Amino acid sequence: MKIHEYQAKHLMAERGIPVPTGHLATTVDEAVAAVRPLIAESGNPVVVVKSQIHAGGRGKGTFKEHPDVRGVNVVTAGVDGGPEAAEEAVRDLAGKMLGSTLVTVQTGPEGKVVNRLYLEQGIDIARELYLAVLLDRAVGRNIVMASTEGGMEIEKVAAETPEKILREEIDPAIGLADFQARELSYGLGLDDEAVKNFAPFVEALDRAATELDTDLIEINPLVVTADGRVMALDGKMAFDDNALFRHPDVAAMRDGSEEDPAELEAKKSGLNYIKLDGTIGCLVNGAGLAMATMDTIKHVGAEPANFLDVGGGADEEQVTTAFQIIMSDPNVKGIFVNIFGGIMRCDVIASGIVAAVKKVGLGVPLVVRLEGTNVEMGKRIIEDSGLDVVSADSLKDGAEKIVELAR
Amino acid sequence: MSILVDRDTKVLVQGLGKTGQFHTDKAIAYGTQMVGAVHPSRAGEVVRFEGDTDHSGVSGRDDTYSVDLPVFATMREAVAGTGANASVVYVPPPFAADAIMEAAAAGIELVVAITEGIPVGDMVEVKRYLADKPTRLIGPNCPGVITPGECKIGIMPGYIHQRGRIGVVSRSGTLTYEAVHQLTVTGLGQTTAVGIGGDPVNGTNFLDVLRMFEDDPETEGVVMIGEIGGTAEEEASEFVAKQMSKPVAGFIAGTTAPAGKRMGHAGAIVSGGRGTAKAKIAAMTEAGIAIAQTPSDMGEAMVRALG
Repeated sequence: MKIHEYQAKHLMAERGIPVPTGHLATTVDEAVAAVRPLIAESGNPVVVVKSQIHAGGRGKGTFKEHPDVRGVNVVTAGVDGGPEAAEEAVRDLAGKMLGSTLVTVQTGPEGKVVNRLYLEQGIDIARELYLAVLLDRAVGRNIVMASTEGGMEIEKVAAETPEKILREEIDPAIGLADFQARELSYGLGLDDEAVKNFAPFVEALDRAATELDTDLIEINPLVVTADGRVMALDGKMAFDDNALFRHPDVAAMRDGSEEDPAELEAKKSGLNYIKLDGTIGCLVNGAGLAMATMDTIKHVGAEPANFLDVGGGADEEQVTTAFQIIMSDPNVKGIFVNIFGGIMRCDVIASGIVAAVKKVGLGVPLVVRLEGTNVEMGKRIIEDSGLDVVSADSLKDGAEKIVELAR
Repeated sequence: MSILVDRDTKVLVQGLGKTGQFHTDKAIAYGTQMVGAVHPSRAGEVVRFEGDTDHSGVSGRDDTYSVDLPVFATMREAVAGTGANASVVYVPPPFAADAIMEAAAAGIELVVAITEGIPVGDMVEVKRYLADKPTRLIGPNCPGVITPGECKIGIMPGYIHQRGRIGVVSRSGTLTYEAVHQLTVTGLGQTTAVGIGGDPVNGTNFLDVLRMFEDDPETEGVVMIGEIGGTAEEEASEFVAKQMSKPVAGFIAGTTAPAGKRMGHAGAIVSGGRGTAKAKIAAMTEAGIAIAQTPSDMGEAMVRALG
């Protein structure tokens, strides 16, 4: 689960991790109202107006409706013109940003509508670094990744100058050790004042990652100020979905507007659905088999419209919901049901399919491939239903048939 | 010979809720030596399992079975009371990691964790805890392990299996059944089928199982089924290239999966450009593994690799 920058900073601040002062704004008035308090608190006349969306690349991104306005704007009007000038500039920007569509390298060309702004104090930046805590699957442990190349795309740094990425593996028995924090700070070339501030920062970050069950905490850039303070200028946090049951406060930060409504609806019914771009709808039991079904459809010449795993116990209601969700996609020209029944019985799924089709009414070709427990019974139920359903003997056979019928 | 489990394996079930009870019944029907259960709130009970024998399992049994399983409060008591050397975990996600560690502390040699949904942070701790214990963990989020005709631990349907010559190792559940079904139909059969599970941090990986199959006199070839996410297939490919003498066939699911999306399994995600199906297929091909283009071709790929 992802959260917004302002939420991540709130969680960090709660844990004693230094972040710039900031205020959330969902209206132009709220944005303007934040300006004077920010300038007063920080003593810095510069104010930053940041779009809050789950995608990155906001700094370079621009708005469809206002191509001259970026996703993140540094307002310097207050330097010479005082707080009134800053407020004017913020009013103008916020008016253009809120409700508009921000396009970044990560949003795709359709972009994302910005509903929330984060107003932040200006910071005197001496250095920009990169810092992250994430899982290293190869060793089955969290690592701290740090680099002097802050404010850049870390994948680019990894590809071009991998030697500039420092790495410390965290032993879960003790967490990040003091000596490891020191190694990192020397590797980053921090001066004495910053070294003093960096160790508690990164150790608190490690503790936060463990406590909150994050998949990733990424701070890019991590800034060192002129007076040696260390602060998170940006903050990104993603959480392990499997752990949300023990973090209701984090779960409450979910932004439904950032998720696909069909995917959300599917989740509520215990189905795992991911929308794709193709024309062949899929309904499968098991994630690996569902992926393989999508792959086979592509292999025989069409594109899958979705990933859908009905899981181990799909009853008639779930199968009906699955069909409804697939059919809500206007691109779908055919549906392929591929079931290998182990615990799931083929006669149960067949009854579910027949009932669902009668209820939803298809309008597109349907191919069903059943294998496993009670397969003969299942096939008979489909035959006897009188519905226009084509049977297949194998996964490949089924994929070939549906692609042909959907042409 | 097979690997990991055989007719002598004595199994405890951890978690006797609806799911645990259902699959324990199926295991007993198959002929697996289930010897007891651990379920603190049901400790002291004796649960009777009876029904029709699944003759696709252990041979030479009556047509019906009736087995009484004692339920214990702790793994230590259960091991002392039954001499068990393996356990299967059906405990729900919030408590499953604790159950795995309890089994390890009680000296269990093989723990098969079926549970899906265990927090990654818990599994990082479990891995650390198990490092100095005699326990091999399979899973979590896996369908289990089966040596056809001898021992079935997990949720796989026994009847699709047939004892034979091919080792199967897979991150998936139903996709594994496809491969097993094809091996049975072609007459190659299976020595042992191991589901290592779909989570990003697990107890046993492809590399570990391939090593075991290489050392198993009964296994003549291996089918490995991977998917997007992580680098386990790449690491396994290196082993296959340098140290494996037996032929390997493989399939990788997720060629069409979009980047950054978790495809069902917690570990099935392409992130930061790494863990793509393409990279895995390339590494496996380079190592001489016969790649199946579609899941329907896995049996044929194994026949090809056996030459």
